[in-house]
Amino acid sequence: MSSGEVEEIYRNDSRRVFATLVRLLGDFDLAEEAMHEAFAAAVDQWPRQGTPAKPVSWLVSTGRFKAVDMMRRRVRFNELQPEMARRLAEIETANQNLAQQDIEDDRLRLIFTCCHPAIDPRVQVPLTLREVCGLTTDEIARAFLTTPPTMAQRIVRGKAKIRDARIPYVIPAMADLPERLDPVLSVIYLVFNEGYSASSGSSLTRVDLSDEAIRLAWLLVDLLPDPEVMGLLALMLLHESRREARLDASGDIILLEEQDRGLWNQGLIAEGKRLVEQSLRSRRFGVYTIQAAISAVHAEAKLASETDWAQIVALYDVLLRADSSPVVELNRAVAIAMRDDIASGLSIIEAILQRGDLRDYYLAHSARGEFLLRIGDKKQAKRAFEHALSLAKQEPEQRFLRKKLESIECN
Amino acid sequence: MKYILLIYSAEDVWPPDELEAAREESVRVCHELNDQRQYLGAAPLYPAATATCVTVRDGIRSISDGPYAETKEHIAGYFLIDVANLDEAIAVAARIPGTTRGITEIRPIVELPGLP
Repeated sequence: MSSGEVEEIYRNDSRRVFATLVRLLGDFDLAEEAMHEAFAAAVDQWPRQGTPAKPVSWLVSTGRFKAVDMMRRRVRFNELQPEMARRLAEIETANQNLAQQDIEDDRLRLIFTCCHPAIDPRVQVPLTLREVCGLTTDEIARAFLTTPPTMAQRIVRGKAKIRDARIPYVIPAMADLPERLDPVLSVIYLVFNEGYSASSGSSLTRVDLSDEAIRLAWLLVDLLPDPEVMGLLALMLLHESRREARLDASGDIILLEEQDRGLWNQGLIAEGKRLVEQSLRSRRFGVYTIQAAISAVHAEAKLASETDWAQIVALYDVLLRADSSPVVELNRAVAIAMRDDIASGLSIIEAILQRGDLRDYYLAHSARGEFLLRIGDKKQAKRAFEHALSLAKQEPEQRFLRKKLESIECN
Repeated sequence: MKYILLIYSAEDVWPPDELEAAREESVRVCHELNDQRQYLGAAPLYPAATATCVTVRDGIRSISDGPYAETKEHIAGYFLIDVANLDEAIAVAARIPGTTRGITEIRPIVELPGLP
């Protein structure tokens, strides 16, 4: 075993080791420290003694012993801390039987902990990204367009809340799941989108994030085959199936209707469709399943012109009843434009904008510009795209809109 | 882990006839908690108008009438419990009648060594 191989285990499994240590130790900082000591011990011992049969279990139990040592030293320094002594006793008697399934479940426990409703919703996602996915504070700060010290402060606040208020590391009881599942699903979806949107940062990290979100959703599906969990997983798999087709060689956005459908990953599409159908059959599905169903209709069309827009409009009608947000209305308007005629879709978009709901949403102005262009109103289209450009925050979006504007001026 | 549950509410949320039933229910919850060895103490408080605030600055004591915060909601009572974790504390808070009319704030308690 070379240290390179330890490194690989670190890359793939360190967050699993961490999640289990958090459960056993009940302390994020101690778990982090113990995990690093365990890996240091692995680098030292594995080359001489051989790799253990179950490296993750070895790392967990080594980490646990290291933590007990660290705690003992601290107790000696500060003998009057009953809280510390109590925790030490707890750790020493903690369940030592580390089945592989427990270790997998620990990551879910940790997500449910990080997404506990007693934690500020603005802290839940960064905390999950840091503790469950192992992103650095700098990476998270970049993703949230804030400074590393601000982000570090939020994460510290979240960890302190978990420790001091004693938020338990448990997968909630069935009765509490409906209330607890929503934030977990939305955090997983945010993690996925962070990895899927071509916004910023190194592309490698981002793909890792999407993969991580999908892996967590698989874990969740295994644990609770809830229709919405299946719906979310299906939605992510169907999005993921288009990853190769949605950007060109220079990293620019390619719209769905212009993508090379031969690049779509049929394996992911088949898996996604299977899950959507299973969820729809349950009749207890929600917004993720409906969105996945819409995505599946797109996936079924061999050519953009063969898209079943009538079915997509029907699904948006269902979605709108479940989630009456202006963004859903906008997407439905686009589907109506494709099913009926551009003018009908355009008038709905203009009505939404007039209400003021999506005034600062660049995609609303961009969609309006596109439709104005298609009905031949170049002057208004140009204005709409310019407005969209002034609102777009991310580089690929801005490049896309500039290209649009250039093409209008050339014609 | 010990928690204090502070029940905040406006003072007119319980009409007198319902207040009595709510207090009976609170007493029942206390007995159930006691059976589970989770009960440390609980009490409703007299209205905020009976509150007195005291400060000592540079050795000078000053006293004023009324509650500390000038808000509509005041602390109407408390429960002191000993449970395993926040989820259990939340479950207890949800059983308190006061929580149905006001807001119950859960605060974990620091256990100082050397207390009597």
